[in-house]
Amino acid sequence: MNIKGKAWTFGDNIDTDVIIPARYLNTSDPAELARHVMEDADPEFPNKVQQGDIIVGGRNFGCGSSREHAPIAIKAAGVPLVIARSFARIFYRNAFNIGLPLLELDEAVEIKTGDELEVDLDTGVVRNLSTGKEYSAKPIPQFMREILEAGGLMNYMKKRMQGR
Amino acid sequence: MGMTASEKIIADHAGRDSVSPGEIVQVKVDLALANDITAPIAIENLKKAGVEKLADPEKVALVPDHFTPNKDIKAATQALMVRRFAHDMHVKWYFEIGEVGVEHALLPEKGVVLPGDLVLGADSHTCTYGGIGAFSTGVGSTDIAYAMATGETWLKVPPTIRVDVNGRKLQWFYGKDLILHLIGRIGTDGATYMSLEFTGDGMAAFSVEERLTICNMGVEAGAKNAIVPPDDVTLEWVNKRAQRDYKVYSSDSDAAYHSVVELNLSELEPCVARPYSPGNVSPVSEVESEKIAVDQVFIGSCTNGWFSDLKIAAEILKDRKVCKGVRLIIIPATPEIWRRCLKEGLMEIFVEAGAVIGPPTCGPCLGGHMGVLAEGEVAISTSNRNFVGRMGHPKSQVYLANPAVAAASAVAGYIIHPDNIRA
Ligand code: SF4
Repeated sequence: MNIKGKAWTFGDNIDTDVIIPARYLNTSDPAELARHVMEDADPEFPNKVQQGDIIVGGRNFGCGSSREHAPIAIKAAGVPLVIARSFARIFYRNAFNIGLPLLELDEAVEIKTGDELEVDLDTGVVRNLSTGKEYSAKPIPQFMREILEAGGLMNYMKKRMQGR
Repeated sequence: MGMTASEKIIADHAGRDSVSPGEIVQVKVDLALANDITAPIAIENLKKAGVEKLADPEKVALVPDHFTPNKDIKAATQALMVRRFAHDMHVKWYFEIGEVGVEHALLPEKGVVLPGDLVLGADSHTCTYGGIGAFSTGVGSTDIAYAMATGETWLKVPPTIRVDVNGRKLQWFYGKDLILHLIGRIGTDGATYMSLEFTGDGMAAFSVEERLTICNMGVEAGAKNAIVPPDDVTLEWVNKRAQRDYKVYSSDSDAAYHSVVELNLSELEPCVARPYSPGNVSPVSEVESEKIAVDQVFIGSCTNGWFSDLKIAAEILKDRKVCKGVRLIIIPATPEIWRRCLKEGLMEIFVEAGAVIGPPTCGPCLGGHMGVLAEGEVAISTSNRNFVGRMGHPKSQVYLANPAVAAASAVAGYIIHPDNIRA
């Protein structure tokens, strides 16, 4: 699967309180969560982000709470993929479970806001069309791929239960 | 090759003789937990998937603790959804206002979680129960929906970092300080995807509640779980509460560890984590010299809302007054702790000192309600996170500390070592 989009970059340790602050957790409506995505890092971000844009983070992206509202807000904002140097583990599970793919890329810091990226999810190849550089991210583990292909963990569960 | 306590628990719940780090296994879950923020998404997921029955309603806990007593209409709607679901699905461990407390204090206190259990919780601080020797880990709502429906989950077996704790601790040094020191040392991603195991002669000096505090903040170093294998102290605490059998797991002497971190208690002093990271740790004495004034002090949360924590605070607040202009908010983590504070005279000490006491709730810990910070305000809190905006306005600041340092700072009006407040 190929994803093409414009990058928005953030630093290290982007935590779930920054991705979606607790003051908005009295709802789980994706559209409403998307209206506040990343707002404590950049108050204008919810207005600026466009359908298909890619979020790029540094180390330990998504650390903090287990709130699934975080990947839901990102996905509902139209972001099809997050690339980071590394991810916190609960965020990692949550994102795949709701069908938001993540790629771990050591060179994530070389990407700048506004760069055009082309990503092949199957091979993990990330092309920066603005700089001409090409990187290879860690391939998505087989098990996470199965969950993505099923359309998230709940659909994966339905398939498994039917198979029994 | 031997196994660690965590590996043994996973192996038993996977129906296997052994497991090793890196393997992905399906395991049975002894308890699936969610709260008023995370349960609604799980419930919607279950509805969408057409699940009409839970795998085992006796192994599900729903604890509405974050925005309760309901802070607004939206929160009330979420709480109602959880209440109805608990009723319709015959969930055994649902707690209504009056009996509800902060989940990670409430469930061990009630004996719902026991040593050797494998617990999955839609809350990152589910790792707390390692303090009594359970394997417990935080996940999101969809994972919990899956566990409620199937009674199982998938886990990648984590490698373990062993933390050897030795020496004698100084006065005013508590479990909170131990875990803050560790996070300061290995970093907020120092244990990502890994297990933290606390061992060594020094651990005996920490009460069970302090061990729960230590494991509570394992996730602040990125850990999947944290564990203190049970000893006599643990079993005495647990046996007062257990209503079913449980199993004690310990690590083999030839178990394999990813790495070992050594902490010598005699070299460590109480510390504070500065904004905006639990890993941004400095000794209290150093912070004290900067005379950092505080607007609010919060003593409570799943980290330090235990009776023993409040007792420490009461010792400091007795016959003293909260500094004028400072707001001290104290929240016992559960109704049982609340009642005990009342019975043993702590409430009177708090009120006389000028504190306000809240009902058991997460409240200010996550900037939810009952103590939200304004722009530019500074707080010292006994909770576990000081991220940007954690307790309110993105331009407010939170320092994390143990209950003695927090109480002393409420009296002084700035962050201070408990030894240095006036009589
Ligand atoms: S007290 Fe704070 S950290 Fe603990 S469960 Fe509640 S919100 Fe989370």
